[in-house]
Amino acid sequence: MDKHLANIGSAKTNSAVDAEIRRLTRRSFTVGAVSALAGAAGVGWLATRPGDDGVPWPLRRILEFNERVSQEVFSPRRLAPEFPAASAVEPRLNGHVGLMSPAQLSNWTVHITGKVDRQIPLSAIKALPAYEMTTQLKCVEGWDSIVSWKGVRLADFLSKFGVPSEYIGLSTPPDGQSPTGLPDRFYVGFDQPSALHPQTLLCYEMNGAPLTQGHGAPLRLVSTVKYGYKCIKRIGVVELTEQRPADYWAQRGYDWYGGH
Amino acid sequence: MKRLERKHPRPVRWMHWLNVPLLFGMIWSGLLIYWANDEYRIGLGNWTLLHLFPDWFYKALNLDHRLAEGMSWHFAIMWLLAINGICYVTYTFVSGEWRHLLPNRRSFHDAWMVILHDLHLSKVEPPKRKFNGAQQFAYTGVVLMGAGSLLTGLSIYKPTQLAWLTGLLGGYAWARWEHFWITMGYVIFFFIHISQVIRAGWNNFRAMVTGYEVSTSEEAPHG
Repeated sequence: MDKHLANIGSAKTNSAVDAEIRRLTRRSFTVGAVSALAGAAGVGWLATRPGDDGVPWPLRRILEFNERVSQEVFSPRRLAPEFPAASAVEPRLNGHVGLMSPAQLSNWTVHITGKVDRQIPLSAIKALPAYEMTTQLKCVEGWDSIVSWKGVRLADFLSKFGVPSEYIGLSTPPDGQSPTGLPDRFYVGFDQPSALHPQTLLCYEMNGAPLTQGHGAPLRLVSTVKYGYKCIKRIGVVELTEQRPADYWAQRGYDWYGGH
Repeated sequence: MKRLERKHPRPVRWMHWLNVPLLFGMIWSGLLIYWANDEYRIGLGNWTLLHLFPDWFYKALNLDHRLAEGMSWHFAIMWLLAINGICYVTYTFVSGEWRHLLPNRRSFHDAWMVILHDLHLSKVEPPKRKFNGAQQFAYTGVVLMGAGSLLTGLSIYKPTQLAWLTGLLGGYAWARWEHFWITMGYVIFFFIHISQVIRAGWNNFRAMVTGYEVSTSEEAPHG
């Protein structure tokens, strides 16, 4: 408040009032216009920053900030609701990267790399305790399907065959090729709490039948704490690492965390 | 005799105007997200009046194939809009402004008179108060919509962590539907708001910028 405003109440004549409102109007509209221009300049600056994995870097920092908030505020152990198995449906076939040529399913092994170097046959993975769950698969596009899954916990797999690591990277086989001979690989990165979540399963059955190739045979990941774009199909490699692993969709502008 | 009257406190004006770019940014980035699964329509049964949205709409506004970009903006601006909304509600309560804004018993009759008058069905002028009954419903309603956007938004942002909330709202798919239609509500609000502001005139509009309105009272009789 400045000294002019103090006079408002006592403004006596119509012309004094007119002068005062003109002054107020000039001042407020100037402040408004300058603020609007500053805001527009700020947005312009933000939108033109160099990209960090497909988004302007300040927005990438905010996604990472949101990730930290999520991890602070929420429990990494919270279970997603389960549904009656009868309500399960066949989910949409979505995502073909890493699946462009048919997989040779016989004698499938999963290669653990990074802090260890081991080949784990599929039969050894299937010998781990089996879990079934009927949960909601949520796609980042905005649709969802209730699906029944059967598989082993990634936590059990890691404690049996791996060593503790801050991050877990999963990938389709590194030698994948498209029908035209181009490299074809899909890969995701998981933070440790999400990887160890009891509803993060390495699945080999969907809706009571073995996985089809389109849905990720012979082994795929399903996690109720992540969007579908993290639920990698046709797993060939599990990497145990202390660095945040590369993630196919995160390199294309999506949130690395992708957590619910 | 003209007089300057204080109308809108400074914090209310700032928070009001901040909503404009923030809400615009949320709706724009929301459209980038919605495009990826644009499943809603206006219609009944098998009959569809309008698919939301037609392809020409996305093309005209360049909204297609930008899901990741939309999410990165949406999950940034959400903080600012939520903080602005929470500050506004807090301020109206602490300052006592809520007394002008919350509808009361006479607001129903008052709002009805305003609607009849504005549709030219009645010549009775609505009472001259800071906010008439129709405004009280509209401005309280839009704050409730804000709360609705926040809750439905959170429930589709963190549907596992906030599964209780998502469930309360009817599940993930319904919460998304609600989030969408509340947003359409803002668009409707916006058009009515703008047309009413134009009708009310410059003095009223200027008050939301400067804080002051010029009121004219009859000259006191000389005697």
